Amino acid sequence: MKPLLFTLKAEPDQRLDLSPLTPDRLVGRSAKEIESLSIGTTRKSVAVGDIFKVKLGDATSVRFDGGSDRFDLLGAKLLPGFEIHVEGDVGAQLGRAAKGGTITVAGDAGPYVASQSAGANIDIYGDAGDFLGAPLAGEIPGMSGGRVVVRGSVGARCGDRLRRGIIIVEGDAGEDLGARAIAGTIIVLGTAEGERIGYLNKRASIVLSEQRELGPTYVDCGAHNLGFAKLFAKSLAAESRGASRLLSGRLQRFAGDTAVFGKGEVLLPA
Amino acid sequence: MPQLIRKGIRIDESFAEAFPMTGSGVVVTAPTRKWAMQAATTMTGYATSVIGCDCEAGIDCELSTRETPDGRPGVRVLLFGFSPKSVEKALVNRIGQCVLTCPGSAVFSAFDGEAKIKVGDSMRQFGDKWQISKAIDGRRYWRVPVMDGEFLVESSVGLTKKSVGGGNLLIMGEDWAKTMRATEAAVEAVHATPDAIAPFPGGVVRSGSKVGSKYKGMGASTNDAYCPTLRGATNSALDADIGCVLEIVIDGLTSEAVAAGMRAGLKAIIALGPKQGAKRVGAGNYGGKLGPFHYHLKDLV
Repeated sequence: MKPLLFTLKAEPDQRLDLSPLTPDRLVGRSAKEIESLSIGTTRKSVAVGDIFKVKLGDATSVRFDGGSDRFDLLGAKLLPGFEIHVEGDVGAQLGRAAKGGTITVAGDAGPYVASQSAGANIDIYGDAGDFLGAPLAGEIPGMSGGRVVVRGSVGARCGDRLRRGIIIVEGDAGEDLGARAIAGTIIVLGTAEGERIGYLNKRASIVLSEQRELGPTYVDCGAHNLGFAKLFAKSLAAESRGASRLLSGRLQRFAGDTAVFGKGEVLLPA
Repeated sequence: MPQLIRKGIRIDESFAEAFPMTGSGVVVTAPTRKWAMQAATTMTGYATSVIGCDCEAGIDCELSTRETPDGRPGVRVLLFGFSPKSVEKALVNRIGQCVLTCPGSAVFSAFDGEAKIKVGDSMRQFGDKWQISKAIDGRRYWRVPVMDGEFLVESSVGLTKKSVGGGNLLIMGEDWAKTMRATEAAVEAVHATPDAIAPFPGGVVRSGSKVGSKYKGMGASTNDAYCPTLRGATNSALDADIGCVLEIVIDGLTSEAVAAGMRAGLKAIIALGPKQGAKRVGAGNYGGKLGPFHYHLKDLV
């Protein structure tokens, strides 16, 4: 059965809150009901029908034909068993607080992808903005489960306060990668900018694909064949061959950030 | 006793009486096949019978690098006890003393089961707060630093209450060599059966027991009816041509696995024939009043 289809009519003239358009919230609704849902964020009201042409289909799967960097909160609070595909870009907070499910974005994503997501599998074929997996201001933990794969590059503070789950960046990462991370795993296949990689990292594993200098609070623990890395390599083989290859090899372990617990690590190819 | 004849071997119209047990299992891996087998062999030692051991355990099968979670050589070990608590205690103790200590080893759950036993969660503290947990594909693992690197252990392993223990075959032959030949063939066939183990030494018991004893306080004693040296002196179950009896006890994760193990064992014994191997096959039971699982030999040939 074909997915429930939202075809973009024209670029929206304001930021949109697309959180009502997750498949689990659309089950059993008619096209008319869906078109009347409000998705505006300004004083000028905007309904789904003003922006999209709706074609009913299998509501467990939603497809957006056409995207915009004004598509905020897409897939927010998504539940397990549902999927969303966007043929285009999305805005901020993609998959915010999602509990499960699958989101694929063919274009770029804005900041705060997977913020406080607890289990969604998110695949972004373009780039992602700053604060991927990070909490919003005032919140304590960031992403707490699931998996995010970015085929392009990410902005600054990727994995900020990451609590659990895996972030794979196949391109480059901005400054402060894995800053304040609590636990979880971040893998970057490109270059990680800046000097504060894993700044105040408590227990997270940050895996980089190239040798580099780290901060003085990371201490060299030698090169090892790590069993857990082999498990990850096997698990990620289908999703990211590069990450799988990186984890299959011998890794140089730098323990840190010793400015806090020192139980985290940065792993570099040995 | 009424008997069937299969290729010249007498098959008693009897049945094996078995009991419900709690089962668990782990996959032990290591950098080489030798060390995976060493860890598995060590952790399944002194685990022949719950009469005197904390559990019944054995090696189910070897696993290739393609079949293990971490892509290293592995061995699947099954462990059985009478209660989830006893199985948990035995498994945690045995992994802690025999696998954690074994160079290069890692431990994974062999199956999901209806419940979980905390294994990694129980022994992570050996890491003295240096241990790190990792969640991969919905499963949690502990990385415990040890002197040769890291001991990787799954946080919990599966447990099933649908297991069965005590399936058995009594293999009777002319002498020790021929009886052993048939028994070894049967043990090999049981080993090839998935989800079933033969926990006794080399899969074989030579000291089958009966319930009760002439001595006070002994719950079990030698099964004199099957002792060839007592054939004329006791109410023997043995014929004149039987000079040796060996038993295979089979535990399985399911009743089907026990039946499959017994069927495979019987098939191997019959295939060997009476000249080279056994002359008669029987099964041990307590009159059918104690164990709810009855495996009739006539249904298995």
